Amino acid sequence: MSRSRGAAALKVTEAVPVFAALGDATRLSLLGRLSVEGPASITRLTEGTGVTRQAITRHLYALGDAGLVRNARRGRERVWELNLKRLQEAKRCLDQIAAQWDAAADRLKAFVEEDP
Amino acid sequence: MTAQAKKAEDRPSSTDRIERKVVLRASRSRVWRAIATADEFGAWFRVNLEGVFAEGATVRGRITHPGYEHVMLEMKVERIEPERYFSYRWHPYAIDPAVDYSAEPTTLVEFTLQDTEGGTALTIVESGFDRIPLARRAEAFRMNDQGWAGEIKNIERYVS
Repeated sequence: MSRSRGAAALKVTEAVPVFAALGDATRLSLLGRLSVEGPASITRLTEGTGVTRQAITRHLYALGDAGLVRNARRGRERVWELNLKRLQEAKRCLDQIAAQWDAAADRLKAFVEEDP
Repeated sequence: MTAQAKKAEDRPSSTDRIERKVVLRASRSRVWRAIATADEFGAWFRVNLEGVFAEGATVRGRITHPGYEHVMLEMKVERIEPERYFSYRWHPYAIDPAVDYSAEPTTLVEFTLQDTEGGTALTIVESGFDRIPLARRAEAFRMNDQGWAGEIKNIERYVS
């Protein structure tokens, strides 16, 4: 392959905390809400979840450690928002699996069309 | 749980699922045969499968893809609806013969066929990636980076 082992290894290391952060239903739900509703305070993110404010805070910091979200001051309150660049990096890993399916679909297409 | 929170949780995350749509210039029965019979599946997928696809059956085979001949693939067939739907579970990127992957979560692969103008519309969905342990994800990432990606051609044609 054209890419060096070193470059690949570096990317693996970067991807690991992202997937660890994503491997939890509450955290995925938080990401879902931030992507739909935009930046929000911890108070708002806690509403209607049935989870304590402390737990939501902990999950947000776990996502923050992975670089998936960040907090910023807006007026008098602190809001959390998505870090889109980091999410795109995580998505790229899945894109590579998708590329395998593209290649397989390509072979299937040839297989059925050449031998009807 | 409120409707709002439920809604966010139900939405498939972008890291959990792959979906591809392809139009094949062949009849639905022809495409069905290529997908739902083990030897034809093996021919285009590049795996030497032993056994017959049946609901609940586990079918194994060695990958024939150059560079991956040491890899044993194992598919557990879930549901078969003739000429319409075929699904199985497997362990994605289970490429190390020294590792027992059987206790790990699987992903679900689904093939759905529909008639379309000029042939058959095939949808391939693989889902459940968010449940795969992160160490395995990293391994997969490495494998893909050095492996299959190089042979891909005409990807754009098939991306919906």
